[in-house]
Amino acid sequence: MFNVHSAPLESKTAINTALKLTCLATILMSSTGTIQAASTLSIESWRSDDANIWSDVIIPAFNKSHPDTKVNFAPTPPTEYNSALQAKLKAGSAGDLITCRPFDTALDLYKDGYLANLNDLEGLKQFSDVAKSAWVTDDGKDQFCMPVASVIHGFVYNKEIFKELNLSVPKTRAEFFKTLDTIKSESRYTPLAMGTADQWEAATMGFQNIGPNYWEGEQGRKALLSGAAKLTDKAYVDTWTELAQWKPYLGRGFEAQKYSDSQNLFTLGRAAIYPAGSWDIQTFNNQADFEFGAFPPPVAKAGDTCYISDHTDMGIGINANATNKEAAKVFLNWMASKEFATLYANEVPGFFPLSDHQIDIKDPVAQEFMSWRQQCESTIRNSYQILSRGTPNLESQLWNVSAQVINGTMTPEQAAKETQDGLEQWYKPQQ
Amino acid sequence: MTPSNQHDEKKPFPWHVVFFLGPGLLIYVVFSVYPLLDTLVLSLYNEQQGQSHFVGLQNFITLITDDTWSQAFWNALGNNFQFFAIHMLVQNPIGLLLAVLLSSPKLRLSGTYRTLIFMPTMLSVVIIGFVWQLLLSPIWGISEDFLYSIGLGQYFDAWLGKESSALITLAFISVWQFVGIPMMLIYATLLNIPDDIVDASVVDGANSLQTFWHIKLPLILPTIAMVSILTFVANFNAFELIYAVKGALAGPNFSTDLMGTFFYRTFFGFQLQQGSASMGAAVATLMFLIILVGVMLFLFFIQRRIQRFQF
Repeated sequence: MFNVHSAPLESKTAINTALKLTCLATILMSSTGTIQAASTLSIESWRSDDANIWSDVIIPAFNKSHPDTKVNFAPTPPTEYNSALQAKLKAGSAGDLITCRPFDTALDLYKDGYLANLNDLEGLKQFSDVAKSAWVTDDGKDQFCMPVASVIHGFVYNKEIFKELNLSVPKTRAEFFKTLDTIKSESRYTPLAMGTADQWEAATMGFQNIGPNYWEGEQGRKALLSGAAKLTDKAYVDTWTELAQWKPYLGRGFEAQKYSDSQNLFTLGRAAIYPAGSWDIQTFNNQADFEFGAFPPPVAKAGDTCYISDHTDMGIGINANATNKEAAKVFLNWMASKEFATLYANEVPGFFPLSDHQIDIKDPVAQEFMSWRQQCESTIRNSYQILSRGTPNLESQLWNVSAQVINGTMTPEQAAKETQDGLEQWYKPQQ
Repeated sequence: MTPSNQHDEKKPFPWHVVFFLGPGLLIYVVFSVYPLLDTLVLSLYNEQQGQSHFVGLQNFITLITDDTWSQAFWNALGNNFQFFAIHMLVQNPIGLLLAVLLSSPKLRLSGTYRTLIFMPTMLSVVIIGFVWQLLLSPIWGISEDFLYSIGLGQYFDAWLGKESSALITLAFISVWQFVGIPMMLIYATLLNIPDDIVDASVVDGANSLQTFWHIKLPLILPTIAMVSILTFVANFNAFELIYAVKGALAGPNFSTDLMGTFFYRTFFGFQLQQGSASMGAAVATLMFLIILVGVMLFLFFIQRRIQRFQF
């Protein structure tokens, strides 16, 4: 009972001391937080699949010639990359090197002052204007990312199943559907491994894969940009019509089939043909124990010019607020070298270097994809340049309508009308 | 012993109150009140090319009247009410039933059941989403074989992929995960009911159903009301499960889009769509208002009428 009176006094001094200590601690912490190691570079990327290749092969190769710079590859999963990067840049905690998505996503980062101007970068001379076009301002004056790699669309097929059913690689659309019919009626294999649960495959591996043959590649893409062509034109409706015809050849319950399910169906040898992006080659090399090959999207009739989607997918730029800009530039110049191009193309098969160096690719399937650059006309995905700037967003709409067309809940005409209406709401040349 | 008044004449400032309230208050203000107010302010601005300027209620008008925004908004809100309705009609009655069964003195192994039923609640939503996708998968899933083995095979479908069933399926997954919470809360209240009241009703000749309806249910009503309001708030903030299973585009054809995923796309952007902080703040503000109005209606019309009993 006697202690009761003295207790408040004691606790009061205790509180004072505690308060002083906390203040001191806060001051100390805030003053030490800004110090960073001198020559460490950190790379922001969405290629978490490549993390091992960067840390085991590419960075050691760089360190052979540049031993003083420590490079750290710090990937974020692809679906979260854009938003995570934006948040990190705003908070000032992003890495020195930023892997750039093509066109507007990176352009907006540059406009907001998050990416450094690269006009005087020596390494840029190794790239063609077409390769650089995805990371240049609308007036063509300022370059803010250096091209790294492109991805090519096509179809990957299981060679063993083709042999077993005595099939040859289809060149025309008629042959393509005949092949699918044969697989469906004469075997238990799923003819086409694709699902619509994640929606993007329908647009990217479906619409943008087979579409260039309908809208004649760059010509059609530019016409859409200038307003000379509309999404309700025959070329686009026909593309969706073909997609709708894929439905009977997809696996059972494809509406709930995810991207990884499709990959697994193919690598387990349960599906014959896989509408692919060249980046899938790596996964298939690791997981499939059968031989597989690739063919470009079939054309209308034999001898027609073929068009492929050779999409400038990845660039790399420098964080405008990087602490190590000089080291970052050295690294970028090294990335423009033949050494890097060869290393990257062979270690990450399916990502094709955009620099002008002549390089050898050892992976047979990657080589096949790359060879289409000589046979066919290249184009990029038509929704990426400018057309996805407004609301509603064309790319998101394409995902939604393409998935619905395949699901059979929307007709090709409705898909065309919905996307065209969306474009007309904000894009002047289309109004 | 009476305390002497000498010390109390000049009361020292009650530092201990500040000391005990301070840290909590500080954390609450910094991480909850300030962001909330800042969001409300942000929703009144518009950002263009890095410049933000005051636009009043324009963001809200766009959100509700402009077709490109309003369609998505009303769709998400409608879906959210469906999601909530399923939880109220399925999760809470099942929770109540389980709690009553668990509190039955005749039940053996009740501790085991309690733990097992509560287990999913403690798992990460990402794991729940992944596991259920596998279970329901038409390619690898076991649910198809299971349905065939009990003779219902022809009813199997790719539920998560169909526009008509995706949202309901996700709601059921969420119910499965969270049914442990109403169960635990109601169970705890049931245990608090004094035995003498129940005994008295038995002596008066009530059977167990009558005891439940006339004695136990009135006593646990306040808890059921609280469970309902928790469900309401949680459902209108729901996001993780949809994002984990269907992604931010909440397909097919936005049939699983909730306010949370709609907010995510607006605020953070999606694929080629750029995020808009101010428009996102407007969506967040509307979410806040919906929850606020819901909770207030509840307080005025239900909470005040509920009688509480002290034992």
